[in-house]
Amino acid sequence: MMYKVVIGLEVHCELKTKSKNFSSAPNEFTMTPNIHVSPVDLGLPGILPVVNEEACRKALKTAMALHCTNPDEIVFDRKNYFYPDLPKGYQITQVTKPMGIHGYLDILVHGERKRIFIHQLHLEEDTASLEHASTFSLIDYNRSGVPLIEIVTEPCIESAEEAVQFLEDLRDVFLFCEVSEAKSNYGQMRCDVNISLMKEGQKELGTKVEMKNINAFNAVKTAIEYEIQRQSEILDRGEKVIQETRRIDEDGKTYSMREKVDAIDYKYFIEPNIPKIPLSKEYLDAIRKEIPMLKLERFERYQEEYGLSEYDAGVLSADKKISDYFNTVIENSEDVSLALNFVTTSVLSTLNKLNITIDEFPVKATSIAELVNRVSLKKISFDHGKKILYKAIEEKKDPIDLINEQHLEQINDEEKLLTIINNVMNEHPEQVRQYVEDGNTFVYNFFVGQVMKTTNRQANPNISLQMIKEELERRKQNERK
Amino acid sequence: MDYKHSTIEQLNEAICTGKVKSEELFNEAMHLIEQYQEDYNAFVTIISKYKKYGQKDTLISGIPYALKDNISTSGILTTASSNILKDYIPVYDATIYKKLKQAGAVLVGKTTLDELAMGGTGTTAHTGIVRNPYDKQRLIGGSSAGSAAAVSLGIVPFAIGSDTGDSIRKPASFGGIVGFKPTYGRISRYGLFAFASSLDHIGCFTRNVRDAAIVTDILKGNDPNDMTTLPDEEVCYLDHLNDDIKGRKLFYIKEICEEKIYQDSDENVKKTIETFHQTVEKLKEAGFEVDEVSINKELLNAIYPTYMIISCAEATSNNANLTGIQFGPRQDGQDINEIMFRARTIGFSELIKRRFVLGSYILQKENQEKLFKNACRVRRMIVDKMNDLFKEYDGLILPASGTIAPEFTHTSKSEKLDPKATVLENHMAIANFGGFPSITLPMYYYKGLPVGINLTGRPREDKDVLNMAQKIEDVLQIKNKVAGDYDV
Repeated sequence: MMYKVVIGLEVHCELKTKSKNFSSAPNEFTMTPNIHVSPVDLGLPGILPVVNEEACRKALKTAMALHCTNPDEIVFDRKNYFYPDLPKGYQITQVTKPMGIHGYLDILVHGERKRIFIHQLHLEEDTASLEHASTFSLIDYNRSGVPLIEIVTEPCIESAEEAVQFLEDLRDVFLFCEVSEAKSNYGQMRCDVNISLMKEGQKELGTKVEMKNINAFNAVKTAIEYEIQRQSEILDRGEKVIQETRRIDEDGKTYSMREKVDAIDYKYFIEPNIPKIPLSKEYLDAIRKEIPMLKLERFERYQEEYGLSEYDAGVLSADKKISDYFNTVIENSEDVSLALNFVTTSVLSTLNKLNITIDEFPVKATSIAELVNRVSLKKISFDHGKKILYKAIEEKKDPIDLINEQHLEQINDEEKLLTIINNVMNEHPEQVRQYVEDGNTFVYNFFVGQVMKTTNRQANPNISLQMIKEELERRKQNERK
Repeated sequence: MDYKHSTIEQLNEAICTGKVKSEELFNEAMHLIEQYQEDYNAFVTIISKYKKYGQKDTLISGIPYALKDNISTSGILTTASSNILKDYIPVYDATIYKKLKQAGAVLVGKTTLDELAMGGTGTTAHTGIVRNPYDKQRLIGGSSAGSAAAVSLGIVPFAIGSDTGDSIRKPASFGGIVGFKPTYGRISRYGLFAFASSLDHIGCFTRNVRDAAIVTDILKGNDPNDMTTLPDEEVCYLDHLNDDIKGRKLFYIKEICEEKIYQDSDENVKKTIETFHQTVEKLKEAGFEVDEVSINKELLNAIYPTYMIISCAEATSNNANLTGIQFGPRQDGQDINEIMFRARTIGFSELIKRRFVLGSYILQKENQEKLFKNACRVRRMIVDKMNDLFKEYDGLILPASGTIAPEFTHTSKSEKLDPKATVLENHMAIANFGGFPSITLPMYYYKGLPVGINLTGRPREDKDVLNMAQKIEDVLQIKNKVAGDYDV
C-alpha cells in the first residue's frame, strides 16, 4: 500500500564567530581536545554568561534570509536536564522569543518550486562532545558553548529527495549569508528527522518516529528511505508504529534508542543572568542590508536577465564567491555573452585544472571585465584576449598591465598600418612583382604574415589584409601607367 | 593598638604612619581565629600564611578581611559549606576577590555559610553550626553566618557576604553589626556560587556605616563578565556620608510595626517594636520626616512564599552543575544517571534536597503557571508597590528582626516560623525582589543581645542609603561594637 510521507526536520548549525556564545573562549575547530575552554564552558560554580553579539547578529541574519519574523527583543531561556555533555545542567537556548518565527525557504524539486515552511529559528549553545570507549567515556569541552542555531521546519516535507534538497539549499543559505562554514563532516551541520506515514486521504498525522543527529546528507536520505520502508511494512501488517527515537548506523539501517512515552519536561524558564536586549528597527535594518541575493534568485536572474542556459546559470549560482565574481565581471562588461564565455571557459576551467578556489584566482573580476571590453571594442582580438588572460594567470599578473607593458594593443590605425605595409613591401620586391606581373594572390598571406611579424602580432589582421590587397592593386595600376 | 575595635580608617592610619605593620594585623587576626574557631566555627578555611598583593594607597590596603566560602578564589578551597564541594579548589577568581586583592586587602579565611547559601540559621554547613558571638547557645543567622560572626567577634574589620533573602542583613542584626547589600548590579556576581540569580547580591559586614561605604566603594563597578552589572557612576559613597539629610522622607509599614499585633508575642518582640517606635521619634528629631504607610496585608503575607518559590526554582537549576562529573565527589554507577544520582545523594543534606525537589516541582510544566509564574507576578506587584512609595519616600525603615537571635533548641530544620511573626521576620526579601539597596545596623540590645534596624532605599541610590544610614547611626550611637563588650 502507498502511504503519504510526512517529514519535519530540526537542523542544527554551528555559527562561525570568533568566540563562543556566552564565553570568551575561541570558537575554532581543533583536533586537540579541551583547549578552547573557559570556566564558563565547564559550568564551574559562579560563572555567568555574556552574550556574543556577533552570534546574535548572525542568527538574526539567517532568520531574515529565511523570511522569518524577528522578535522585538532578545531573550534567552534555560532548558534544564542532566547529561554529562551538558556541564551546567542546563542549556541556554530560546523558547520565549526565538530569533525568527514563521519563515520559509523555496527549493527546486525537479525544476518545480516548493516552499518549505520554517516553524522557528533560535540561538543556543552547543554541548560538549562525548567519545565512548568500551569501559569509559571521554568528554571534550571544546564544543561546549559554541553558538548553534536550530531551525525547525513544519512537517511539510514529503520525500527523502525533498529533505536532502532542503538541507543542501539551507546550507547554501548559511554559506551565502556567511554565517557558518556548515561542514557536516565536522559536525557543524547536523539534523534530526521526524517522520510519520499516513494513509492517503487520512487527516490525522501518523505516529512520529524521531532520528537524531545525522551528519551527512546522504545518510539523511538513506535513513528516511529505510524508515519509509520499515514503517510501511509495519502498517501493511496492520500493526502500529511505536513512537520512539531511533539512531542510524553505518549499515544505513535505523535502530531503536528509546521509546518516548511522554515528552521530557525541560522546565524552561527565562535565563535570569541575561538582561533582555531590545532590538531597534535601525539595528535590524542594518543586518537586513547585509543579506546577499540567495542562490535561487541568482539562478533565476541569470536565466531571465542575462539569458544564460539553465546549465550555465546553475554552475554560476552554485557558489556565492564564484557568483559574486561573475556578477562583477558582468556588471563591468559591455558584452554579456563574451563575459560569460571568459568566465565559464577560462576562469572556471582554470579553477578546476589548478584545483584552487575563486579567492586564490590571480586575476581580478574587474580586470576580466576590462579585457572583455577591449575584445568587444576590437582593441584586441578574441584569441589574443584569451592568450593574454592565460599568460596573466600563469604569471599572476594583471592582464591590462600585460597589455600595456608589452604594447599588446591591436594596431587599427590605418595610417600606421600603411607605413608598415609599405616598409614590408619595399623589403620584399620579389613578392610584389609576383602579384604585379603574375597576379599571384598567394602573396596576400605572405604579406599579412610579415606585417604581423613586424608588429609583434599587434596589427589588426583583417584590416591589414584589406589594406595589403589595396596597396598591391595600387602598385599594379602604377606599373601599368 | 586596639585592633578589635578599630575602624578601617584607624587601621589604615596606623599602617601609613608605621605604628603597625599589615603583617602584625594579620597575625592578630590569626590569633583571634585560633581563639574563637573551636567555639564559633566561623571559618571553613584559614589562610595561615600572610600574603599581600596590590596597591598601597587604598584605605583597605594591608587590612585583614574574610570572604564567604561561596566566592570563587583561585587555588583556595571553596566549599559553599556543602559536602558536594568539600574538596573543590577553583581555577578562577571572582571579580570582587580580584578587586580586593588589587586594593591590597589581606584575606585571612573563607567563612562558613548555610549549605549553598540556602537557609537563614547558620546551622547547616558541612563543617557544623556557627554560634552567635553574644551567646554560644544562640545562632547568628545566615546564610552568611561565618562572615557575620568574624566581624562581630572582632577577628576582621570587614567581611564579604551574599544576600538572597536577607542573608547579610539578618545575621548582621543578630551579630550587632552593619550589613549592607547595594543595588542589584552594583557589585559583580561573577564568581559568586549562584543560589537564585535574580535575587543574589554581594555585600559586606562592617562594624560601622563608614566602613561599609569604604568597602562598597572598592567592590562596586561594572563588570564585563556580569551582564547584570550597572554602568559605573562617578561618585564616591564615602564622600557623601555626611550630606544633609534634612527633608529626607522615610516610611514604615503599619501592618508590620503596629504594637497591637504582638500583644501575645515574646517580651523581646514587644520591646523591639517599642524601641523601633522610639527610634522613629529620634529620627524625626534629627531631621527626617517619617510616615506610617499601610500596605495590603495579603501582599505582605505573600513575601515569604514568593521568595521560597522563586529561590527554590532558580536554585534547582543553578545547582544542576553539581553532579560529580566535571568536579566533586565522583561516584561509581551502572550508568551515567546512577553516577550523578549517587553524587547528589551523598553530596547534599536533606534540607537542600527538599528545596531542589520543591524547585523542580515548581518548574514542572503543569505547575509552572500556577506556582512559578504567579510568584513572579506577585514579586512584580510588590516591587511596583515599593517603587510607587519610593516616588514620595527616600527609604523604608523597619526592624531587621522582631526577636533577638533564637536559641538552637528553638529552631528545627523544618524552617517553620511563628505565623504571626512571618512578615516581621521575612520582609527584608523585598529588597531582593526589587534589587533595592538595603542596610541593617544595630538598633538596641535586649538583655545584652543585639537587634538591628533596616533601611531600604531607591534602586541605584546607594549613596543616599549610606548617607541616611550614617545619620541613623549618629542618632542611635551604636557602632564599633564587638561581642564581649557586654556581658550576657
